[in-house]
Amino acid sequence: MAYIVDRRLNSKNKSLVNRQRFLKRYHKQIREAVSDAVSRRNMTDMEQGDTITIPKRDISEPHFHHGDGGQREIVHPGNREFIEGDRIQRPPKGGGGGSGSGDASDSGEGMDDFVFQISQSEFLEYLFEDLALPNMVKRQLTTTDSFETRRAGYSEVGNPNQLNIVRSMRSAHARRIALGGRSRRRRLEILAELEQLDESETERRELLEEELSRLNVRLNRIPFLDDFDLKYNLHVRVPTPSPKAVMFCVMDVSGSMTQDIKDTAKRFFFLLYLFLKKNYEKIEVVFIRHHTQAQEVDEETFFYSRETGGTVVSSALNLMGDIIAERYSPNAWNIYCAQASDGDNWQEDNERCHKALTASVLPMVQYYTYIEIGDREPQGLWRLYEHLQSDFSDRFAIQRVRNNAEIYPVFRELFRKTMEVE
Amino acid sequence: MMAHEMNREKNCISTSSEWTFETIERYDREIARIAHEKFRLDTYPNQIEVIRSDQMMDAYASVGMPVFYNHWSYGKHFVNVEQNYSRGRMGLAYEIVINSNPCIAYLMEENTLTMQALVIAHACYGHNSFFKGNYLFRSWTDADGIIDYLVFAKHFITQCEERHGVAEVERLLDSCHALMNYGVDRYKRPRPISAAAEKQRQQEREEYVQRHLNDLWRTLPRLKEKLDQEREIPTFPAEPQENLLYFFEKNAPHLDSWQREIIRIVRKIAQYFYPQRQTQVMNEGWATFWHYTILNEMYDEGLVNEGFMMEFLTSHTNVVMQPGFDSPYYSGINPYALGFAMMQDIRRICEHPTAEDREWFPEIAGSDWIGTLDNVMRNYRDESFILQFMSPKIMRDFHFFALEDDDRRNAIDVVAIHNERGYRELRERLSQQYNLSSNEPDIQVENVNVRGDRSLTLHHNMHNRRPLGNDTYEMLRHAHQLWGYDVHLHSVEPDGRRVRSYHLQGEAT
Repeated sequence: MAYIVDRRLNSKNKSLVNRQRFLKRYHKQIREAVSDAVSRRNMTDMEQGDTITIPKRDISEPHFHHGDGGQREIVHPGNREFIEGDRIQRPPKGGGGGSGSGDASDSGEGMDDFVFQISQSEFLEYLFEDLALPNMVKRQLTTTDSFETRRAGYSEVGNPNQLNIVRSMRSAHARRIALGGRSRRRRLEILAELEQLDESETERRELLEEELSRLNVRLNRIPFLDDFDLKYNLHVRVPTPSPKAVMFCVMDVSGSMTQDIKDTAKRFFFLLYLFLKKNYEKIEVVFIRHHTQAQEVDEETFFYSRETGGTVVSSALNLMGDIIAERYSPNAWNIYCAQASDGDNWQEDNERCHKALTASVLPMVQYYTYIEIGDREPQGLWRLYEHLQSDFSDRFAIQRVRNNAEIYPVFRELFRKTMEVE
Repeated sequence: MMAHEMNREKNCISTSSEWTFETIERYDREIARIAHEKFRLDTYPNQIEVIRSDQMMDAYASVGMPVFYNHWSYGKHFVNVEQNYSRGRMGLAYEIVINSNPCIAYLMEENTLTMQALVIAHACYGHNSFFKGNYLFRSWTDADGIIDYLVFAKHFITQCEERHGVAEVERLLDSCHALMNYGVDRYKRPRPISAAAEKQRQQEREEYVQRHLNDLWRTLPRLKEKLDQEREIPTFPAEPQENLLYFFEKNAPHLDSWQREIIRIVRKIAQYFYPQRQTQVMNEGWATFWHYTILNEMYDEGLVNEGFMMEFLTSHTNVVMQPGFDSPYYSGINPYALGFAMMQDIRRICEHPTAEDREWFPEIAGSDWIGTLDNVMRNYRDESFILQFMSPKIMRDFHFFALEDDDRRNAIDVVAIHNERGYRELRERLSQQYNLSSNEPDIQVENVNVRGDRSLTLHHNMHNRRPLGNDTYEMLRHAHQLWGYDVHLHSVEPDGRRVRSYHLQGEAT
């Protein structure tokens, strides 16, 4: 008779340790594969986990085996036309299959790579490894701008509107019992004695009645509710780190921006978005596109509609300043801004950009990143921003990107942990 | 007819395809009765465990065992299985069965009731009786002790990781795993392993080994004996050693005792699995034969209905399918197909022998089939099983043909096919194909330069002039990792001629 055991509720993930050891051992290869994926993938599926491919030779476990050559013998099933003494030409691959198995030529393809799946969170983990947003931690720890009121037990002092009636009455009741207990007990004793006392013993009766009236006076003097009975609800104000962030995506959509450039910008924005999403509970994204005029649009329009025209960057910066003032108070929001452009700007506009940035944008934001896409010489905007960077080095970063493959390294560069040190 | 059908429905254990613990129990009871009483199978007690598919993947990844020490390669195996399974590229086995006492079998909860019955018959009575009866398993493995031993091993290795660091242990295990196939005694019977004794002896062993080593590696010979020793050049080992891991465990100069213990663990586990590698065709054939026979018997007794049989036969047929060599699905000979066909064939020879059978198998033709099969199961392994019992009919049915690919000739020769002239040749060659020692390169410890640079010399005894593959230097690195000094490897022809030499120079120590 067999024992039948239900093991379905037993611990799962028995292989977890082994899996982690495997991932750790091939950390470098996996990181390369992830970084490769970022430059290759579409934005829409960027956030999913990924299939990681590692060349099989990198992770094979060696063993002694026979190589090609010598005399090999093998028996196969399924003979149809061969008879003893037939000679068969070798398959072109110089002998084909390895030791003892004839399947190398058939299923050998695609066995060159070892393929496996990592989850979304693992994908992001690899993506964001040793990356940290500058200032973020600092701001979270030191900010006293936003508070949350929390209950924190009871207090002896407070406003009348915070009075806790149940607690107050309970404490009054306890006090009354404590102060009057002995007198009350004595009063009961006296009453009982009076009941039983003979009419004749008047002297004793008088004595008792006098004590009784004294006790009554004392008992009546105990107040029903005293000052120190009052209990108030206590609330404390706890400073809270802001769990909210807003991210501004600013992109030039003027005629000089080709689809390729936009595509690169898209990846950059997305990467930033993913990163913020990992760090904040709630995150809002504002898309501002501009040519000669700036416009707040939805994501779809931002990335996929086409516009032509000149370039006036300040229009976008002003719009952003307005939106911040209107909807995203820096007290409540962590503000991040990412701008992408090919560097073109109307010459006269640079002055206004400078003003807009220094006056209404840079003081408000946690971090402002600018990437210039393309392999041309630095344009006017770049030179302007270079100036600004020296003034706002703690929160302003600019980088040049030539193609998709460079985004990830640039992204890392922008948000390096070392920024914190500077 | 109607009455008969009605009767069948009434006796049936179940008509639904959903399993419950009660129905599994009833099936097990009936299967056990048929297996033990009717077919005289002798088994260990069974422990049937129902698990989820992800637990099945876990079991897969740790070579099927319920407890196993941690190593990255099992993680690699796991992610691979997970990937292929989730992409629908492979199905999981319906069952895993462990050679232990009691015999542990895993059933997947996804299986239908029919599949559970099939698996119970296959694993809990087929494989189980094979584990208990076959001479290789009887003499090389200890079903009573294996689980305890694995617990001991896991515990010990975890302790080493805590004490010496995961990386250090991992490096050692990498090397041991690489040489795992060279960690078995092919001819000597090892002592059975038991966790309790193992723990007890561990301490004594440490001391003993250290003493023994000191003797071998004495660098300050006593003066009086010096002259004698110089006259006779010491050869060590006295005879070539096939068990490389054993040799390293006992003789490597610089290993700590915990390292020797880990080598020993890997070696013991390799030894435990060695019989399975030698009896794949027989073991699977035996189990498949019995699930087929037992479930048909159940049908004859009216315990299961037609629907059950249809489902059972469908999956049975899939399991025993053998694609031809030119099919895109071909990946070598299917051990289930060959094993099942041969077991069925032996029964046929016993029950309905033809003139050909009487000529080829005079001693079993017409004998009691249950007794004959039992004898076959007990006393053979794949190589000898095929050599003894493959009938011309099987060779004809499978259309076997033998090829010879000699690099000195410009084409591949067909040396034998399934005809009168070819049967014996074909059978011999197929049997050789299941001879592990001719498939794996034959590598043995030849010599240690005891009085010199302590370098180790391995010999690869060539067979059919076949050279070593391209992992060889990598392998020497692992050998060096264990040995600690230079490692030489010579590929040697049977006439003693060195064809190729490999040398791995260790860093100066």
